[in-house]
Parts: sequence; structure tokens; C-alpha cells
Amino acid sequence: MSVTTTDEFAPVCRLEQLEVERGATALVHGQAVAVFRTYDDTVYALGNYDPFAKASVLARGIVGTRGEIPFVASPMHKQAFDLRTGQCLDDENVSVPSYVVRVVDGVVQVGPRQQV
Amino acid sequence: MSIRKTLVVAGHGMVGHRFVQAAIERGLTERYDIVIAGEESRAAYDRVALTSFFEVGADALSFLPEGVYEDPRVKLLVDTEVTSVDRDAQRVTFSNGETQAYDVLVLATGAAPFVPPVPGKDLENVFVYRTIDDLEAIREASKTAKAGVVIGGGLLGLEAANALHQLEVETHVVELAPRLMAVQIDDAGGATLKRHIEKLGLKVHTGVMTELIDGDDDGKVSALKFKDNDEPLEVEIVVFSAGIRPRDILARESGLDVAERGGILVDPQMRTSDSNIFAIGECAAPEGRMYGLVAPGYQMAEVAVDALLEGPGEFTGADMSTKLKLLGVDVASFGDAFATTEGSLELVFADAVGGVYKKLVVNEDATQLLGGILVGDASAYGILRPMVSSGMALPENPEELILPASRGTAQIGMPDEAVVCSCNNITKGTICGIIDEQGCVDLPCAKACTKAGTVCGSCVPIVKNLLTERMEAAGKTVNKAICEHFSYSRQELFDLVQVHQYKRFDDIIEAHGTGRGCDICKPAIASILASQFNGHVLDKQTTASLQDTNDAYLANLQKNGTYSVVPRIPGGEITPEGLIVIGEVARDFGLYTKITGGQRIDMFGARMEQLPAIWSRLVDAGFESGHAYGKSLRTVKSCVGKTWCRFGVQDSTQLAIDLELRYRGLRSPHKLKGAVSGCARECAEARGKDFGVIATDKGWNLYVAGNGGMVPAHAQLLAGDLDTETLYRYLDRFLMYYIRTADRLQRTSTWLAALDGGMDRLKAIVIDDELGLGEELEAEMSRHVDTYFDEWKATLEDPEKLARFVSFINAPETPDPNISFDTERGQIVPVNHDEPVVLGSTIPVGAPQ
Repeated sequence: MSVTTTDEFAPVCRLEQLEVERGATALVHGQAVAVFRTYDDTVYALGNYDPFAKASVLARGIVGTRGEIPFVASPMHKQAFDLRTGQCLDDENVSVPSYVVRVVDGVVQVGPRQQV
Repeated sequence: MSIRKTLVVAGHGMVGHRFVQAAIERGLTERYDIVIAGEESRAAYDRVALTSFFEVGADALSFLPEGVYEDPRVKLLVDTEVTSVDRDAQRVTFSNGETQAYDVLVLATGAAPFVPPVPGKDLENVFVYRTIDDLEAIREASKTAKAGVVIGGGLLGLEAANALHQLEVETHVVELAPRLMAVQIDDAGGATLKRHIEKLGLKVHTGVMTELIDGDDDGKVSALKFKDNDEPLEVEIVVFSAGIRPRDILARESGLDVAERGGILVDPQMRTSDSNIFAIGECAAPEGRMYGLVAPGYQMAEVAVDALLEGPGEFTGADMSTKLKLLGVDVASFGDAFATTEGSLELVFADAVGGVYKKLVVNEDATQLLGGILVGDASAYGILRPMVSSGMALPENPEELILPASRGTAQIGMPDEAVVCSCNNITKGTICGIIDEQGCVDLPCAKACTKAGTVCGSCVPIVKNLLTERMEAAGKTVNKAICEHFSYSRQELFDLVQVHQYKRFDDIIEAHGTGRGCDICKPAIASILASQFNGHVLDKQTTASLQDTNDAYLANLQKNGTYSVVPRIPGGEITPEGLIVIGEVARDFGLYTKITGGQRIDMFGARMEQLPAIWSRLVDAGFESGHAYGKSLRTVKSCVGKTWCRFGVQDSTQLAIDLELRYRGLRSPHKLKGAVSGCARECAEARGKDFGVIATDKGWNLYVAGNGGMVPAHAQLLAGDLDTETLYRYLDRFLMYYIRTADRLQRTSTWLAALDGGMDRLKAIVIDDELGLGEELEAEMSRHVDTYFDEWKATLEDPEKLARFVSFINAPETPDPNISFDTERGQIVPVNHDEPVVLGSTIPVGAPQ
């Protein structure tokens, strides 16, 4: 496989390759996507680019919860992003792309950008 | 423009030193060269804390451990007395016969102990209590003495009695007045104090007059005889502490005006009757009155400096309130303690069993507090004294202020003008303003913002209460919780982990927290676990998912998402081969290199997936992780010490290497830095570090709790002239106690500022082992030392840990297109992109394994 179109689901890794409550970066459709596996084995995917720091780093942040919201804190300046939607929890005007994710036969697949 | 002038200071005691300090700080040395003559063999020291000399030694008391001022325009002569003043020639003569011209002369000659003309006062083993030399002589005599007596039951006499008591000599106190501390407290207070002191095993004789001191055949003290009493005391030591007299002889001999009862007459700007001569401290008598306390002396020193800078400052009298702990007993006296105001009333609370005596003096209609006395429990001093100075209205039932179950002081509506911290003259209004407007939520912040509570500390309880009161009024509680997931402070979490021996975050949050943690509690718990168990930070079972960005990749994240790499170079010592290896690694990976402030070499611009390859080269060459990424020990900087430096007195490089290797990898609430200087020139800037060691010709002086950063702080002397083994012990204890008790991201300086009792408390814990924690703290440190391993070496040997270091999990070799560089000054610089960079859609993507 060498080409994927933006509507397809791209397999990126096996679920067990992802550390629990930690991110990893995947290259999907030529873009850096941050993939996170939370404590309950849900997988989320956000754009890896931190719009505050202008650097491709979100996958390296700390994963946790704010109230009921699963989030990642950017490793640069700790802004929090909702793992489900990409919405920044500290600035309502800022968000990052979020992607549809599914796990099929233990393989994590990142799909199209979610419409929020 | 102008010619430099000369200022001579006669006397280098506490006040003389304060004068010079203020002169340096306020720029007086821009105009004057200063020559100070001190007659003692050592520089100024803390005479108020004299009694602690036996425990801490002379250097710990010294204000100037190195014996020189940092300002080269100030010259200190020790062992040198000013013996005469020629006012016409403006010239003084020193005890060594040399003369010195002056433009301005400052007399700071202090006071001398008064020795009444008792027969036998010249016998051997009769002492006064004033200088370190006096204490050394008393200590020497105590080696062969069974019993000793202090003549004088005032403040200083009780200090002297404490000293004798500490030397394990049977101690008597003899006081002519019918009670102890006759100047400060009344009969009932004196009686309460006496009971406390007698409980400690000292013997107190009040209302008795000494007739003579008897000597044996060798001319040494053997007994003390009283008038009208046939029972002599058999003692081998006599210490006189019967008051002080101003040392105004230079003034008298040179014809300056002196007060009727002694002391050099000065105007409100501390000028004597000769406008070129100033007098400050106990030798001075503003309006004919001498002040035998250090605080007014300090005020006078500041006023004199101000006057020399043509400032308007004036000395207008001093608050003579005192609060102190004598032989472990709280004693305080303030305002009109003896109810001399006409019509004033006294409210007294006395608990003979508990040994507590409290008295309030109020005005006729009980609306204002005029003064008071507290013995046995002086906790109310902090609120009562400002009530006197502010003249605020008393609450309806003023006796509640001194009753044991008195209600919280914060509920008492002090006016905004009430001075809460009299050391720094900070009002309630200022403190409330900080809390309300700047959002101060804790004591360290309030202290840092206002300076309140940073000197004597007696107002700290009020500041705390004000804080709670304001927070509650605003509907907030003073919250110690580190984040929404744990309602505990870092210290409490540390204890929980220790008690339960937790090793995993999951166990901790399930048992004691809510949710799944966050970027605040996770790294804090990772640090706590590391301090206690020292496992690998990337161990998936325990801490890997908790690590903050730098620890997570064992390197420092920089602005474009690349990392910088800092190999450890202990003490800053590196071989040419080592330098070449670092140079080659940097060249081969195209990294930007810079020498850091901590004497290390930092290589910037490494992509995450390059880190293992870079480290494998460094580890092969014998380098290990420098922990520049961790909240952990960073560096121990050094100068070259006596090995190469012609001034060095100890091998600072060796010690810095040893200390760095001892504490490498030690995880702590904030980053830690150390330094070792081989002599007082302090080329390693040790006093700007969390721990700093400065060599003396007798050993090492240990300074702690300094830092650079946003709020710089000079490290303070913890102990002086240590041998290397003791230095390690004290440092182990200090560092471990800090790690155990500090808040998250609290630096040692702010931690110490927030520690109740400050430096004295820290000394009690580290040196005197008052908490009995010493061995435990040392054992924890040796466990750390024994279990240390290099994180990078271990990572390279573990494929599971290495799996993290890839650019993309599905394209491990493809560099992230978002990272690119320009060049500047011949090296790379990062470029940030305003939008995410997209690779061409034909880039092959690896299939999942």
C-alpha cells in the first residue's frame, strides 16, 4: 500500500503498540497525526500540530482527564485539548483537527477528519 | 568630578556592620572609601544569638564569614581599635600606632558590660558576657567547674545563665531586684518565669545583693557571699551581666557632647556636636537616651547613611517591645507594660499550673490597648503589639484576647492602617490589597509580595489568618490540593506513597484520587515515586506515562519540537578526548552547540528519532545522562580550586565532581543546582545555587537555598568550617528534607522562606536533628546513591523503551516534515511553520506489524 485518499481509513499500528495514556505520532495522508490510547482502551486522533507553539508535538503531551473530559496537555505550554473533538479547553477560539478512529482486529485505523 | 572622600567607622559590631552594608547597598561607596576598625579578632557577628555559639560555632554567627566585604572600596581592619580622635586634623589613631585621615567619622563603639565594684571582681574565672572570646573563656573554665553564678537576672543575664546551663555547670542566677527581667516584666510575670527556669534545674536568687567574691589560694573564684545572708554559694565561675554602659570615651576625650547618663549626644540624623562625626548604636544617645537593643541601632545606622546621602531620614525613637525565648520560655513585653498611663487598667490571666501569665494594659474605658506582658505563651504577641501601635479599638470583651481558648485573631476587625509587620512596616491594608487584587492564595506568595513576616516572623499567624479570612470572604477556601484529582498537597502525597509503599500511579489515584490525572499531578507523582524508588523513568509498569515532556524523551524539548542533549560533565572537568567526541557527535548530526551557564555543552536540534543514535555514541565514549531535562540535580559547578589557582585553599573541582556524582539523578520538586568555590573569591558563584560550598582554610562553608531564576536569592550559611564527611551528612539531610516536604515546583529558596522558623528551624533539623530524622534522611540518600544507574544506557539496552523514539509509529524513519532549520552565525536555527506541513501524498506509508 502506498497511497491512501482522504476518505479512507489508514491502518497505523496495532493497539498494543500504543502505550496506555500516552500518545504516538502517525503519518496519515502526509500529515502528522497524534494517536492516543486512554485507560479504557479508547483510541483518539488529533492533528499533531500545536497551534500555540507552531510545532508538531501534541502526541508527546500528558494524557489525563478534566472532569469527564479526556484531554492531552501540549508538552510545549500545557494548553489542554479535548481528545474527542480537538477543542482547546483553555481558549474556546482554538481547536485542532480531530479524526475518526476505529480499531479493527486489533489494528488502529485513522479515518477522515471529524466534522464537529 | 569630585574627589573621593574617606569615611572611618570605629567599631565593627552588629550596628557598624549594618552601617557598612547600607552604605554599600545605597551607593555611599560611590563617594567614600570606607575604613572600619574592629577591635575583636573577628569580623562582626550576631551578638544577639551569642548563646548559640556553643552549638553552631563562630562562623555560623558571622555576618562576614570571609572577613572581607565584596565592595573593594571597603577595608576592614580587625584587631584594631581607634584609640584617639584628633578633630582639628580630622585624623584618628589606631591601637597599632598608625593614623588615618577622615572626612567623616562614624562612632559605632557600642557598649561595655557594667561590672559593679564588688571585691573579688578581678579574680580568675570572673567573666562578662559580651563577645565570642568571653564565651570561649567561659567554656574553658566550665571544664573544671561544678557550679557557676550569673550576677544579673535581666535579659542578657538569663542568656548567660542558659550558656552556663548548656555547659552542664550547676547554674545560679542572682538578681538584686525582687524579680527577674525587672525592666520588661512585672512581679507576677517574673514569678512565672522564675518557676519555669527553676523547673529546668537552675537556681534563682532574687532580691539579694552580692557582697564579695571569694578566691582560693590560686586566685581563682571559690564562692560568692551575699549581704545579710550567711549562706555563701560555692561556685567556680562568676559571670557579670548587670547592665551595659555606652562606650563614649573617644567622644569624651575629643570633647564631643555626651549625655548626662552617658552616651554620645546626637541629633535626629545621628550627627554629634561635630558635624563631621556621627554616632550610632549603643554608644549614641539621641535626646540623651541610650537604646540597649539592636533594632534601634540598625535604624540609627540606616539614618546615618541616609544623612550622608543628603536624605531626610530621622531617628524618632524606637519601639522597645521585646519577644524572645529564654531557656525555652516565651517572654514578651510591649507598650506600656507597667501601666504607667494615668487611669489605665490591667487585665490579667494567670495559670500557675501551666506556667502562663498574660497581662493587658488598657485605657480607662477599656477601648484601647496600651501594652502588656506575656510569659509562658506569647502567641498573642503578633496581634497585640500592632493593636498598641495602631491605636485601634479593642473588641467588646478584650479579655478574650488572652484567654487560652481565645477566638481566632482574624475576626477582630483591625483597621487597614494597623501595622501588622512592624519589622517591615507593612499594614493590614497592604496585605489585604495583595490578597484581593493580585490573587495571592498562600502564605509564601503573601510574604514574597509584601515582605511581611520575613524578618522576625511574629506576624506570620496574622498574615495567615488574614489570608484565610479574605479567601473565605471571596467564597474560596485556602486549598492545598495540587490539582482537581487529588485533595492533597505534594508533601501529603509523598507521605501517602511512603506509608503505603505505592509503586504505581493507578494504585494511588484509585485509592486517593479521582479521574485519570493530569499534567500537574502525574509528573509530581512521577517525581515522588522516583525519589522513593528510583526506578527507570520510562518503565511502562510504573512511571512512563506520567513523565512530563522532557523526562518522557530524556532530553529537553525546544521550540520547533526538536530536542537538546546535555551529557553530564561532573564539576565541569572534561578531557580533550571527551571534548572531541562531543564535537564529532554534534558535527555528524548537524547540531547547534553552546556552552551552558552550568559548565556543560548543550547540543540542539536533535530530532526525537535521532536521540538513541546520538546517545549510543556518547555512552560508548563514557558519557552519561546529564539530567538537564529533569526536575533533578543538574550540575555542580566549580572553579579550579587549589590545584591550579594561586588563591584556592581547597580542591573545589574534586568536591564538585564527588557531589555531582553523589546526587546525580536525584529527582526533586524543582531542579537543583550546586557549586563549589575553592576560596572566598567565589568564582563558581556558589551562593546563587540551591547548595553552595565555599572553601575556607579550615574546611567548607555550606550555603543553602539560593537560586538564580525569576526571583534570585542568595544562599544562606547553614554551617561553617565543615569537614568533608559532615558536609555530605548535612547536605544529604538538607536535600532529602526538601524533597520530602516541598510543594510541587517550589524552589529551595521559597521553600525555606515558607518553612516555619526559617533558617533556625532548618539548622535545628539538619544540624541538631531535632526531629530525629537525620539517620532516616541519610539512609534515603544512600539508597538513592546505591541504586543510581544511567537512564540513557538503560534505555539503549531495552527495545521496549527505544520503541518510543520514532518519528512516526507507522513510518519510523520518515522525518517529521514540520521540522526544518535555517542557519545563523554558522550554525542551525529552528524554523517554525505557521501551518502544519503536509508531505506529498505519494510518500510510502509502512504497513502495521
